[in-house]
Amino acid sequence: MIKIVDAFRNGKAFIPFLTCGDPDLETTRRLVCAMVENGADLIELGIPFSDPTAEGPVIQGANLRSLSNGCTTDDVFALAETLRKEDGITVPMVFMTYANVVYHYGTEKFCARAAQVGMQGLILPDVPFEEKGDFAPACRKYGLELVSLIAPTSHQRIKTIAADAEGFVYCVSSLGVTGVRKEITTDIAGMVELVRQAKDIPCAIGFGISNPETARKMAQSADGAIVGSAIVRLIGQYGREAIPHVAEYVREMKAAIADL
Amino acid sequence: MSNGRFGIHGGQYIPETLMNAVIELEEAYNHYKDDPQFQAELHQLFTQYANRPSNLYYAERMTKDLGGAKIYLKREDLNHTGAHKINNALGQALLAKKMGKTRLIAETGAGQHGVATATVAAYLGMECDVYMGKVDMERQALNVFRMRLMGARVHGVETGTATLKDAVSECMREWTNRIADTHYLLGSCMGPHPFPTIVRDFQAVISQEMKQQILEAEGRLPDVVLACVGGGSNAIGSFYHFIDDKDVKLIGCEAAGRGIDTWETAATINTGSLGIFHGMKSYFCQDEYGQIAPVYSISAGLDYPGVGPEHAWLHDIGRAEYVPVTDEEAVCAFEYLSRTEGIIPAIESAHAVAHAIKIAPTMGKDQIIVITLSGRGDKDCAAMARYRGEELYDD
Repeated sequence: MIKIVDAFRNGKAFIPFLTCGDPDLETTRRLVCAMVENGADLIELGIPFSDPTAEGPVIQGANLRSLSNGCTTDDVFALAETLRKEDGITVPMVFMTYANVVYHYGTEKFCARAAQVGMQGLILPDVPFEEKGDFAPACRKYGLELVSLIAPTSHQRIKTIAADAEGFVYCVSSLGVTGVRKEITTDIAGMVELVRQAKDIPCAIGFGISNPETARKMAQSADGAIVGSAIVRLIGQYGREAIPHVAEYVREMKAAIADL
Repeated sequence: MSNGRFGIHGGQYIPETLMNAVIELEEAYNHYKDDPQFQAELHQLFTQYANRPSNLYYAERMTKDLGGAKIYLKREDLNHTGAHKINNALGQALLAKKMGKTRLIAETGAGQHGVATATVAAYLGMECDVYMGKVDMERQALNVFRMRLMGARVHGVETGTATLKDAVSECMREWTNRIADTHYLLGSCMGPHPFPTIVRDFQAVISQEMKQQILEAEGRLPDVVLACVGGGSNAIGSFYHFIDDKDVKLIGCEAAGRGIDTWETAATINTGSLGIFHGMKSYFCQDEYGQIAPVYSISAGLDYPGVGPEHAWLHDIGRAEYVPVTDEEAVCAFEYLSRTEGIIPAIESAHAVAHAIKIAPTMGKDQIIVITLSGRGDKDCAAMARYRGEELYDD
């Protein structure tokens, strides 16, 4: 049985994100296979949402492209199933989407289907600790781990959130929305330390990481690095021809953190 | 432990980055709302700056013409800046100032809330950034100029449908970017807790005055209170002090656009379904996969795919009724009130006037309707002329 924690057994984890259906589902499928071949340890599959309020312009654009091409939540479930059954992908995979996509589908129905197609977890950036109750019971029932996020503004909340966290803790590196940043000034090590005091759980850093240097620096204080916008930007730039570009990028990024 | 619920609606569905900001806001609000000095300062701003109390006007000609219930207009259009939005803007800005914030950000649809925020920012010496859909900037160009005139920066939002919902999304994004010195001055009774409660409390001055004024004028409560509903701030303010008066019928008028049997509508309670968006659980116009629908109304201020959680709850328990009013009905009401009473209503408020035109003739002459005239219609004149096939030029 595949578990999220498996992603953190192979050195520091490299965790890429992409928006499913951008530019089309077949390209997403090939991209995921290429990312896994090149060292991705856990895949975040984004289910498109019309109004992604935690995303910067790059991932907003990907959501829009995917929806304009008619990608639906059911299509993404089918894609995940294909990746598991036909492509033999064995790294853990989680869905990243917004509360309404899950809630309106029917939380119970969504979680049942996600588990059935071989997903390990769910990340909902607009569901803070206080509102987990809408989603956590159904996730638990079907064996999905609901990933918790902590942010530079979380302070005293970190211990409470971490104590209840599952899978891994998603440490948001900076203020603001997703997107490439020149530098990250947050005390990541301090955030991770607070998590550790509450629970022995992997911590992965996301938001703003785009190059091997930043990834290495971030991964020094944590267990993994999450990259979304930099990959989605390559997909936006090269479209269906993006596979070799993303493959090479993932290889470089994993190499930069693997030996830490 | 879920905060700020109205039945099942409400809550705080926002990124973790914003959680401490809304907690801090809630704590500050709980402290100041019962602070006599804060209330005295706010009262001073309401009376000296915003021109409150707003008049409760007996619309005699309209009453006679419709031949039924007696009609009163709660004249929020006579407030400084020309709409009810100033009530909430003054309240929240004063609160933000007490919290040590130096910058206000706000979303705006028709531009009335943006103007109100720019106004209080100028008055209180605060920095101000307003986010407005590109489409709305075009249809409400005058308000864009007013905001800039008062020193606000107006940012055009081009994402999504480039209207109010996208302006709200962009404001939320901007708030996660800069929290320490910035207060998000949300303009309607929506979003994450504590905003729906704070906005309702600052707008409740409408029904507080209305109740006192109608008792003075008629010696009894009205039979019907009517208000337009987008997010629903003037409506919740108009309803609030009547919620326990079960004989007072509360009716919210939603923007049906080209009709609730078309896709071009913004009538959330009439056509929407339960969802989670913009920080709250409530009703939203959305498709089968929960993608938020591109809503439409001639009125930029009602062109929003959701509704405040307290309205969703008042609907669930049957305390308030929400009716659809089309563009055509609203435009006719806009023209009717102008012609009959010499009062040009905001196209938003004209939705409430339209419903009064429908129901007043069916009611007895001894019955009373109060319509909240949430804003003045000068801003809409060019668009209304266009709707009737006439182009207006200012130059």
